[in-house]
Amino acid sequence: MTATTEAAGPRAPRPVPQARGGAVVQSVRDSLVVARRNLIRMARIPEVVIFGLIQPIMFVVLFSYVFGGSIAVGGSTDPDTYREFLMAGIFAQTVTFATAGAGAGIADDMHKGLIDRFRSLPMARGAVLTGRTLADLVQTALTLVVLAVVAVIVGWRIHDGVLKALAGFALLLLLGYAFSWIGALIGLSVRTPEAATSGGLIWLFPLTFISNAFVPSDNMPAVLRHIAEWNPFSATVQASRVLFGNLPEGYPVPGAWPMQHPVLASLLWSVVIIAFFRALAVRKYRSAA
Amino acid sequence: MPGAIHAEGLVKTFGDVKALDGVDLDVPEGTVLGLLGPNGAGKTTAVRVLTTLLRPDRGRATVAGIDVLKRPQEVRHAIGLSGQFAAVDEYLTGRENLTMVGRLYQMSARQAKARATELLERFHLTDAADRTAKTYSGGMRRRLDLAAALVVSPPVMFMDEPTTGLDPRNRQQLWEVIQELVAGGTTLLLTTQYLEEADHLAHDICVIDHGRVIARGTSDELKARTGGERVELVVRDRQHLPTALEVLRGFGGDGATVEQHTRKVTAPVTGGARLLAEVIRELDARAVEIDDIGLRRPTLDDVFLSLTGHVAEEPGPEEEQAGEQAGEQADDRKPAPVRKGAAR
Repeated sequence: MTATTEAAGPRAPRPVPQARGGAVVQSVRDSLVVARRNLIRMARIPEVVIFGLIQPIMFVVLFSYVFGGSIAVGGSTDPDTYREFLMAGIFAQTVTFATAGAGAGIADDMHKGLIDRFRSLPMARGAVLTGRTLADLVQTALTLVVLAVVAVIVGWRIHDGVLKALAGFALLLLLGYAFSWIGALIGLSVRTPEAATSGGLIWLFPLTFISNAFVPSDNMPAVLRHIAEWNPFSATVQASRVLFGNLPEGYPVPGAWPMQHPVLASLLWSVVIIAFFRALAVRKYRSAA
Repeated sequence: MPGAIHAEGLVKTFGDVKALDGVDLDVPEGTVLGLLGPNGAGKTTAVRVLTTLLRPDRGRATVAGIDVLKRPQEVRHAIGLSGQFAAVDEYLTGRENLTMVGRLYQMSARQAKARATELLERFHLTDAADRTAKTYSGGMRRRLDLAAALVVSPPVMFMDEPTTGLDPRNRQQLWEVIQELVAGGTTLLLTTQYLEEADHLAHDICVIDHGRVIARGTSDELKARTGGERVELVVRDRQHLPTALEVLRGFGGDGATVEQHTRKVTAPVTGGARLLAEVIRELDARAVEIDDIGLRRPTLDDVFLSLTGHVAEEPGPEEEQAGEQAGEQADDRKPAPVRKGAAR
């Protein structure tokens, strides 16, 4: 290999070793650089996005046509009523299941030595994780768009206007973003991407099923009912259901505080989850060995 | 004045295992230190501490004069790290990989792009610049990884087993790049299991085993400690062994040894090539036919064996990774009996 030495020597032009702007500017900038990297990856591995879509679409079809006639909501077993009721649950499940992707991606980066490289660079501390979670947020938003189209095809409608519906989707995305920090923490804590994928999924099943997502919680045993009503996941499902105007007439709203104030509860839960798990994940990242 | 890399009393324990057990290092500016040791010796842990990736339990270190523990972010501006695996994103192109690293070194987009183009050229990756790294060969990935470590032309470089898993041709190429870097004034700490590599590239060598530096010096100094040169010869006919032994003893080689099954006689000597000619003449005069004869200088393998009591193994990189990252040491090794006088 014949190469000039001067470009490599310490006398080669060096960039200014100080970040331009403050720490916040650097943090945002570095996060966007990493987010861009992850989005390029997603675009080059479209299988991941496509498989991510198949599961929720299957759920939409299975639940609305298989269970649809048998599950009573608000005293009605009309399949159309259940379909409307169901969609917010499927949307919420979809945004939370996407978190396993964040975990697997980060575990993969650890495994391949990329996290070491990033950690040896003078970049903002949380940027690798923030970049990853932001990229996942974009992917989740795209998934939701496709899923909403499918939902409309099978008969789902919004009833309280576009603005409220958008607010519903915003809450769903916020929940997804919050959960991706849990995924990030799992990804940093396990040794292999495979473990991150399964570890990132298992806990989501009880979390999303012990909730009001697929069936009203009022027929559950008392213990499960309390869990379901205080489940952060239920709060977002309830909030988006309200905002979409999908709550069936005569549907008994449980007395638990989060069910009475679902929008506020959903916001609070998501913010708390982000604050808590972001701190843990960034700490874990900084000491990742 | 402390060198460009300076460490004192580094200790790092993982569970019961002392990955580093009081390591001191000093690498003068513009030189190469070869950190030589078997799997699990603590090489990778030492590099991780010096590159701010891991906090030691005890000890202190400076890199480029900056305190590693107190001002890690400043250290990161001054170092380049090329780890055991080619740490590149395989779904990004070579150019995208380098531009991203430049951006994360806080370069402007334009600066980062220009630097990427420069490095791609320098590492002969221009033709592959816009292909994803997935399509690269092992050697190309290594070059891309090294290019990423050089984005800011750091004054201090760390390379952890840079040629593990490379074929001889790619290894040779990488050696050339490393030599150019050092000629340009870069200070380099290089870990390796390949004794030949340390011999070839490093000004100074630290032999490390069980988290301790067990010997240090130049390659020549280490070899001199192991003993000087030897004559090794193989006779054609086994019955000539006693005669050959007698001849070698005649040249002052009291420590001459015979290996019956390989028909080999070895004797420590002084006098170099001149002496070798005399030995051949003498053997000829006594009608001893020989298949092979040579003057053998100790290799770093011999050094390592004499220092640690075991040869330096060369298992795959997976094992090394698993062992060092989990902080486990290969358990099949006996405690290293350091030979008297070897580790003075």
